[in-house]
Amino acid sequence: MRSAEVHLRVPESAGLQQGRRLVEICNACRYCEGYCAVFPAIELRRQFTSGDLSYLANLCHDCRACYYSCQYAPPHEFALNLPKAFSDLRLETYERYAWPRPLAALFRRNGIAASVLALLCTVLFAWMAKTPSRSAAGSENAGAFYAVVSEGVMIAISGAAFLFALLALAMGLRNFWRDTNSPSALDAPSLLAAFKDVFTLRNLGGGGDGCNNHDESFSQTRRYFHHSLFYGFLLCFASTYTAAVYEHIFGWISPYPFLSLPVLLGTVGGAAMLVGIAGLLQIKVTADPGPASKLLLDIDYSFLVLLFVAAATGLLLLAMRSTAAMGGLLAVHLGVIVSLFLIFTSPAPSSRRATISPR
Amino acid sequence: MVDLPQSCDVLVVGGGNAGLSAAITAREAGASVILLEHAPKAFRGGNSRHTRNLRLMHDSPTATLRGSYSSSEYWNDLLSVTSGKTDERLARFTIDGTSQLLPWMKAHGARFQPALEGTLSLSRTNAFFLGGGKALMNAYYAAAERLGVNVLYDTEVRSLCLARGMIREVFAVKNGASAAVRPKAVVVCSGGFQANIEWLREYWGDAARNFIIRGTPYAQGVVLKNLLEQGAAPVGDPTQCHAVAVDARAPKFDGGIVSRLDCVPFSIVVDRAGRRFYDEGEDIWPKRYAIWGRLVAQCPEQIAYAVTDAKSEKLSMPSAFPPIRAETIVELAGNLGIDAAALEATVRNFNQAVRPGKFDPGLLDDCRTEGINPPKTHWARPIDQPPFIGYPLRPGITFTYLGVKVDENARVIMQDGRSSANLFAAGEIMAGNILGEGYVAGVGMAIGAVFGRIAGREAAKVALR
Ligand SMILES: Cc1cc2nc3c(=O)[nH]c(=O)nc-3n(C[C@H](O)[C@H](O)[C@H](O)COP(=O)(O)OP(=O)(O)OC[C@H]3O[C@@H](n4cnc5c(N)ncnc54)[C@H](O)[C@@H]3O)c2cc1C
Ligand code: SF4
Ligand code: SF4
Repeated sequence: MRSAEVHLRVPESAGLQQGRRLVEICNACRYCEGYCAVFPAIELRRQFTSGDLSYLANLCHDCRACYYSCQYAPPHEFALNLPKAFSDLRLETYERYAWPRPLAALFRRNGIAASVLALLCTVLFAWMAKTPSRSAAGSENAGAFYAVVSEGVMIAISGAAFLFALLALAMGLRNFWRDTNSPSALDAPSLLAAFKDVFTLRNLGGGGDGCNNHDESFSQTRRYFHHSLFYGFLLCFASTYTAAVYEHIFGWISPYPFLSLPVLLGTVGGAAMLVGIAGLLQIKVTADPGPASKLLLDIDYSFLVLLFVAAATGLLLLAMRSTAAMGGLLAVHLGVIVSLFLIFTSPAPSSRRATISPR
Repeated sequence: MVDLPQSCDVLVVGGGNAGLSAAITAREAGASVILLEHAPKAFRGGNSRHTRNLRLMHDSPTATLRGSYSSSEYWNDLLSVTSGKTDERLARFTIDGTSQLLPWMKAHGARFQPALEGTLSLSRTNAFFLGGGKALMNAYYAAAERLGVNVLYDTEVRSLCLARGMIREVFAVKNGASAAVRPKAVVVCSGGFQANIEWLREYWGDAARNFIIRGTPYAQGVVLKNLLEQGAAPVGDPTQCHAVAVDARAPKFDGGIVSRLDCVPFSIVVDRAGRRFYDEGEDIWPKRYAIWGRLVAQCPEQIAYAVTDAKSEKLSMPSAFPPIRAETIVELAGNLGIDAAALEATVRNFNQAVRPGKFDPGLLDDCRTEGINPPKTHWARPIDQPPFIGYPLRPGITFTYLGVKVDENARVIMQDGRSSANLFAAGEIMAGNILGEGYVAGVGMAIGAVFGRIAGREAAKVALR
């Protein structure tokens, strides 16, 4: 009864009340139990604490199958719209769990502005950190990258951003875990299952036939674009790390020729990301607004656009690594990546983030 | 002006399970098909959108069904729930027809839950729709539109011109404008009349005003009445309907499955005066599910209250409306709005009458009362553990039994015994041929699917001749 006591003292947010009302109806109905992990999790309970509701909201991958197949969807007076209610709840709960909190609040109120601001700041910072004296633009000399942004500065900025991101993520997770009392915490089988789900995007499945992007019909396109983005991202990551291995282990200094592993991985990965993001953006723009959460949409847009800019500048960088534009491009590219890390690992409630979903 | 062609091969009235099965089949046979649906798009699919499963005969396990369910077992189930009020030839014909349904349904977009996952213990006899009946209706509408069926929403059929067993013309109204169509054949799939409160009042008097209609408000019986007035032979008891106990807080229409309550066997049920009136533990719940609608309908003001305590709460499925709780019986009576002294006395007498036994919610156990009337013959345990909980109950009408008589080609039979030349019926509007009384889960959709396909096929044959 811990939570019941809490409810008496603090009035619950509108999002929680709404979520509970809907989930209680679903628990009496259960018609959607084959669509995703949310419904079996609902069926384990009879009463829903705020922690239970955040947990359920984070299991939802917004495929919208349950919206189109619900006999109680608006205009029915029950106005059942789980994907929207869960998106609103995710936004609310990320704000509650995110760390540090003031940043989270800022982000919730104005996702797009906050992203733009962070982006400008980091780009500016990176630009200023360019070593002015030895402008190595255009040179094919060994180590030209580090001549543009001194290696120390580069490592410092990215290292700090990375550490901050890790810390913020850990703090957020800890808050979340504490509140949801997640049933199957971090045991190996459930982690493994979660990883498998992430890699196959099982939960984007609508029970196996894909998502409902525009109307009652199911489609796999969202899953395919998501795959393109996800694996493209992994390739880019791999590109960066092979480059690091080349440099630090073999002592081969960048830039590398087109047919080298880092450049090939980066090119294919960057292109795949661009295709994936463009597809996802297109689906978002043309999607039925019925089951969408307005606030979360803004945040999703800023995330996708930042990611697009990151991938695009990365590709450009590869293409123009031996021209005069390289210096500026590198600064922008780094700035974008750092702000992505900063913004989207801590307070941002993006529905795109892979949540570990124990089953 | 209504954008409606003046003629077509096959006209289907009503876009639920039966109507779509008929429209798709007729279109695939090559007929031009118009489907008229009274509801707007958002509420299309009638009662079918509230369904969960359908009952299928099968000789061996499939991906969606466990074990086997033979024709004779199916027939015995039907025979026992209807107390023999069924047309054996049509019933057996329907049962055999269900063995062909799965592949057809899947080919037209239906998706099912894997066997074993079903919430009820019905995964041997019934196939469960993934996402429920509305998902099935969405798939069927998409298939119909892909095939070129002309679907018109917000279009109510008001009358059919039936002369010498033959439909000449059909009159419909869309957004206040009327139109007439001259189809070569007509399939009526417009359901029962359970949403027509005035019609229900003819049999139930003012009590009907307090009924809750579980499904679509469009089941007004306009087409049914019109056809019966023009000499179609009736079938089924007009005064009877399938009714269950639902939560009194449910919406007047379309509350669907989530308002049903199955706590009765583990509760006592009292009327407004706080008095018990029937043995709550008479039999296992599915068998008694449908008598409680009628029992509550006979209570003053058509309302009753299930009362139980903390230890029994979790024995029944959660419902959409949270139970009303209180720390004492008196307080609970206040919260429910019943006479507190009377409820307290009823609970006290009941508790004293409970005999010791071994409680088992899964079977007819030996926990019963002695010395009170009516007795509670099973699952009787003292109501003594706070918080006490209560649910208000009202009669929830699922469907009416009155329909039109048909032959095995789904042709409507006229009062003179002859089959109509071009009028067919499928679904709830003719279910009374097979289900003269009672109900067994999943038969409604089975009848609609089997007869919808037959009606579509036969109507196309007539039209294309
Ligand atoms: C809550 C609930 C749950 C149920 N669960 C199940 C289940 O799990 N399994 C099962 O087998 N059965 C179930 N049933 C019964 C089942 O719903 C019916 O047997 C079945 O849906 C009947 O199908 P139908 O096509 O004949 O009628 P409907 O699906 O009701 O379709 C009739 C259509 O006709 C339209 N219409 C009516 N009048 C007119 C007019 N004048 N002009 C134009 N259109 C008109 C209506 O708008 C409606 O769309 C359930 C019923 C309810 C209420
Ligand atoms: S979303 Fe609608 S159909 Fe699905 S389980 Fe919930 S109430 Fe039932
Ligand atoms: S939107 Fe999809 S993932 Fe979310 S609850 Fe509904 S079916 Fe599950």
